[in-house]
Amino acid sequence: MTADTLSRVFSALADPTRRSIVAQLADGDATVNQLAEPYRITLQAIYKHLRVLEDAELVSRPRGPQPRPVHLETKVFDVMDAWIERYRRRAEQRYRRLDAVLAAMNETNDEDGAHHDQDHGDNHRS
Amino acid sequence: MTKTMETTIEADPKLPIIRMTREFAATPEQLFRAHTDPALFAQWVGPSAMDTRIEHWDARTGGSWRFVSVREGEEYAFRGCFHEVRRDRIVQTFTFEGEPDGVALETLWFDDLGNGRSRLRTQSLVDSFEGRDAWLASGMETGVNEGYAKLDGMLADGAV
Repeated sequence: MTADTLSRVFSALADPTRRSIVAQLADGDATVNQLAEPYRITLQAIYKHLRVLEDAELVSRPRGPQPRPVHLETKVFDVMDAWIERYRRRAEQRYRRLDAVLAAMNETNDEDGAHHDQDHGDNHRS
Repeated sequence: MTKTMETTIEADPKLPIIRMTREFAATPEQLFRAHTDPALFAQWVGPSAMDTRIEHWDARTGGSWRFVSVREGEEYAFRGCFHEVRRDRIVQTFTFEGEPDGVALETLWFDDLGNGRSRLRTQSLVDSFEGRDAWLASGMETGVNEGYAKLDGMLADGAV
């Protein structure tokens, strides 16, 4: 998936009505009429939202003479999960460095404690 | 041996917020120092491949900060303000100077778990969903990047 596709996905999902449509489709396929039911907006407006979602490859809507149900394309979510997982992993790497810094602080504290009965104070050690 | 708790991440469905949680084998005081002492902070904040140069650092309520990450001669600068610095909580702003219009509001909590352990919770609020998602996708290294925002689950559960 290209960055372009991804930004289309993100911008498609930035709209609350479209997020709600996606949430509805997550429970199963639905016709355009069913999708329009919960909203006080025209079918035309729903079609407009669906077009944006289709462009982002978030949903598919088979063309044909009969009204066919709208289907949620789950592979897109796998990709978005992967992005977030990557982000999480970077954070985890950073926090592992923080683990090391904190462990070193513990050692320093132990040395500081030892200074009380030794005479090293602030002397440099060789 | 103590079990390592990996970072967990969550993207809020209703607000452009990223939350992360991580436990540490350290006291909240130590965690606080590692976030406020510039010499300590510089040791862990940047990616391993980058050197972090702290340019300005005044970790007090009303203070500000700026640091530069350097990789192969390329510099990436970040800056922000310490809105409030408390032993148990830091609230600060965060801006990547390459995108000066974007400002994140970050809150960090240092929870005491007892027995020399603590939990770091962070929350980053950005100004739009697009901004948050671009941030997630961009790979931009922030001071506090963020298990798991199962985006499908989040959409299915919370978006209505």
